Amino acid sequence: MEIVYVYLKKRSEFGKQCNFSDRQAELNIDILPNPELAALYVERNPVDTGIQCSASMSEHEANTERFEMESCGVNHVEGGWPKDVNPQELEQTIRFRKKVEKDENYINAVMQLGSIMEHCIKQNNAIDIYEEYFDDEEAVEVTEEAPSAKTINVFRDPQEIKRTATHLSWHPDGNRKLAVAYSCLKFQRAPMSMNYDSYIWDLENPNRPEIALKPLSPLVTLEYNPKDSHVLLGGCYNGQIACWDTRKGSLVAELSTIEFSHRDPVYGTIWLQSKTGTECFSASTDGQVMWWDIRKISEPIEVVIMDISRKEQLENALGAISLEFESTLPTKFMVGTEQGIVISCNRKAKTQAEKIVCTFYGHHGPIYALQRNPFYPKNFLTVGDWTARIWSEDSRESSIMWTKYHMAYLSDGAWSPVRPAVFFTTKMDGTLDIWDLVFKQCDPALSLKVCDDPLFCLRVQDNGCLIACGSELGTTTLLEVSSSLSTLQRNEKNIASSIFERETRREKILEARHREMRLKEKGKVEGKEDDQKEEEAALDLDELVGKAEEEFFEVIFSELKRKEAEALKKKPKPRKKSSVKVEAEEEVEENVGEEEEAGGIIGIDAVEDMSEEAGEEQEDVPT
Amino acid sequence: MTEVEETLKRIQSHKGVIGTMVVNAEGIPIRTTLDNSTTVQYAGLLHQLTMKAKSTVRDIDPQNDLTFLRIRSKKHEIMVAPDKEYLLIVIQNPCE
Repeated sequence: MEIVYVYLKKRSEFGKQCNFSDRQAELNIDILPNPELAALYVERNPVDTGIQCSASMSEHEANTERFEMESCGVNHVEGGWPKDVNPQELEQTIRFRKKVEKDENYINAVMQLGSIMEHCIKQNNAIDIYEEYFDDEEAVEVTEEAPSAKTINVFRDPQEIKRTATHLSWHPDGNRKLAVAYSCLKFQRAPMSMNYDSYIWDLENPNRPEIALKPLSPLVTLEYNPKDSHVLLGGCYNGQIACWDTRKGSLVAELSTIEFSHRDPVYGTIWLQSKTGTECFSASTDGQVMWWDIRKISEPIEVVIMDISRKEQLENALGAISLEFESTLPTKFMVGTEQGIVISCNRKAKTQAEKIVCTFYGHHGPIYALQRNPFYPKNFLTVGDWTARIWSEDSRESSIMWTKYHMAYLSDGAWSPVRPAVFFTTKMDGTLDIWDLVFKQCDPALSLKVCDDPLFCLRVQDNGCLIACGSELGTTTLLEVSSSLSTLQRNEKNIASSIFERETRREKILEARHREMRLKEKGKVEGKEDDQKEEEAALDLDELVGKAEEEFFEVIFSELKRKEAEALKKKPKPRKKSSVKVEAEEEVEENVGEEEEAGGIIGIDAVEDMSEEAGEEQEDVPT
Repeated sequence: MTEVEETLKRIQSHKGVIGTMVVNAEGIPIRTTLDNSTTVQYAGLLHQLTMKAKSTVRDIDPQNDLTFLRIRSKKHEIMVAPDKEYLLIVIQNPCE
């Protein structure tokens, strides 16, 4: 619809028409120069003017508009038939075909084309013209390319109030989807109108999530069931365990009852390897680890309290913030705590207290990531405070390897599923570090700035070439690492195993030494005799020091005296700087003689310098 | 059996031949040894491709003309013999 407004006014109402014409220039006013004013004029000297020495620059920023894509499909139907033939009617099409087949033209064409075609078929069967020679030869060694990674896609939290991407999970087969849990982990500071949805993203479509999962409380963890990719397990901020079936839609399918659930946010949920594929377990900062069966999710099957004093008291329990389970060791599991202690547990132990097998101390803060090496499950990676540490189950006193203290907190870490010596860590400054122990141990092989906001979580895809990183502002970045980082290097398994073994051995030797020293100290405190001996030794020490001091001063004084004597002797004889070599040698001989008299212990090389300096020093050093 | 039938049968009997079809100038399959939906897809797409190839050859040199089209793919080879009005299409798996 067009909006038109017509405004009418008569020509006569505009007034008289203008008529311009040329005329001679005329003088209106003439101001003569005033000498009085000129006398008042003061020249400004000096004049201050600012000058920029460097080239002036300006900064501009441009942000291109985000490119939204959409995929559309067109359905083609069978066509091209003559108007009077309906392709859906079998009878009509058969009749049409029969008619064509009787056509003289058709017969000729087919006969002619048939012979050409036969020729080609025979040709194909006679010889494979595309045969690859030397195909079975061993492929050429891959050239050593520098490790690299590139961003493939970015999935932004579509909500207005951005939430942290707290956990990621890859679709178990196909790897075309990624489940992301979104929640705000700031205690009691979640915005009032914050949305609780978590999403499943199709890797091809960063514009819109494929499915939204709608929990009753924001999800902290989200995990695909490895046996049934339609089922997802989520750990809620309020401590409940929820289950989704994507075939049933975005509403919660199963939910644990709140009174039997965790009392704190669920920081770890893992599916167990069971025949039914319905069993799972979860850990929370309330200090409990619970086992569940999603077919009867209302109550946990089993609860273990993370009390390392083995008294099963919930008030003394350590808050679990990370959870580790390796399917090849089905009875064992490990828990990383807020206090920086790793607890190794055995689910099948007879008593509750025995379930806590041992602990590993080392981090100064919560352990945000905990994972066994997929190739050498005895070795595990922990990430906490400013470091990532690698441990061996054999060495309980300390970790066997660790990174330096970084400038930013580390937030997550994981091993590469394909290379035993490669692991990834994320930092709060938005960088992703890729470590390759075979290549370099003190620094990451590759450090990549993924985004400006802090990275919070990380998940590596099973084939090791895709990594997803979730940030605090809810953006999930998908990265692809270069093939050198995602393919097993020659002999790498052996090298990695020998590195781990070597470091374990080193740590054991140090451990033994520490124990020895501790025993000694203990002995000192206990035995009195030992004490006396120690005192004697101390006395001896004092004596020795005294002696050494005396000797030292003796040497110094004798040296000073000698220099004095020398200077006095040399004063009458003026020194020649450009003395002939022979003379110099004579001097040396002389000096050596004196040296022996003085009883000093100075090498012959230094003698000449000494004698030269002696003259000058004489004035400086008063006797 | 007519000569045409015989020719087509002979082609089909060659080693590695997966399917044979005759398509008319409108892309309508006249005869086929494959199932209906596959035939319709092959006929429609190859008809377009052959027409495009033909016009390409002719545009480059008006005196020239397309005589045969071989498409080598990972799985098999599609051979198209064009004529004024009909196309003979054979799908063959050349590697035994």
